[in-house]
Amino acid sequence: MAASAPLPETAAVHWRPRLTADRLRSRGRTWTLTTAAHTVPFVGTAGLLAALEPLSFPVGLALLAHAWAIPELYARRGANVVRPKPRAEEEPERVALGLLGDLVGHDARELHAQTGLVPERGALGVWLVGEAGAVLVAPGGRRVYCWCVQVPEPGLPSGDRIAHLLLALRTDEEGFATVANLAFSGAPWRLRRRMPPRARPALDAGVRLSRVSSPES
Amino acid sequence: MDTTGHSTLAEWTDGDTEATERAVAEFRRELDAGYYATVTEGEGQARQVTELPLDADLVILRRPIAGG
Repeated sequence: MAASAPLPETAAVHWRPRLTADRLRSRGRTWTLTTAAHTVPFVGTAGLLAALEPLSFPVGLALLAHAWAIPELYARRGANVVRPKPRAEEEPERVALGLLGDLVGHDARELHAQTGLVPERGALGVWLVGEAGAVLVAPGGRRVYCWCVQVPEPGLPSGDRIAHLLLALRTDEEGFATVANLAFSGAPWRLRRRMPPRARPALDAGVRLSRVSSPES
Repeated sequence: MDTTGHSTLAEWTDGDTEATERAVAEFRRELDAGYYATVTEGEGQARQVTELPLDADLVILRRPIAGG
């Protein structure tokens, strides 16, 4: 994926530094640390309570439930970026699908028909582009980033929404990631179980592709 | 790309000056309306253009994207 001029939409988020591969990794680490900072105190307190007074175990269980729920809520937020939206009428959907099909290869067309997501290899990893967001599987397949990004235009068919995002991504991948809002970062398995079942094979394919295309850097 | 799936705004061929002028005018109008023009350049690559590339097979006009 070769970048030409920067994506013009980046001007709307001029305060954000351009998202390079290094910055992306740094954001992933920060996300993990933040999640740990939210959960470890609950686990620690539960352990301390159990040590001081075993009969306080109901409170300990409630604390552990919180520690479990927080990362799950984050993962759910990530999965929401690939949740399908209401369809437009049948004819526009068919026409849009034709154009989208012209933009991608046979394998991507098949995966889209099966899961609603279009895979796209980039310099930052393997992207799975949906109607209102994209999942980036980092090289090595051990971390995913979920991005909330869309065309704020009502009434567009699903295929067009994906084609808009795909063209922007192909024009300037780092700019695309700069414009998008990060909704989740973490292990693929954490995201997978919160994804709609139909979309899960796309994540599996993305992880496979990211392992084949580039070793973890 | 629009609510109908997509619409063909203009077609032109080498040497057809009238069609080319119409295409350039239409292109300019869409850019002024806030569309961005993109030319696909093989799998995984695209280039944004601000002048109509007359040698391109296909120029796609897209709306701006934004973080949700």
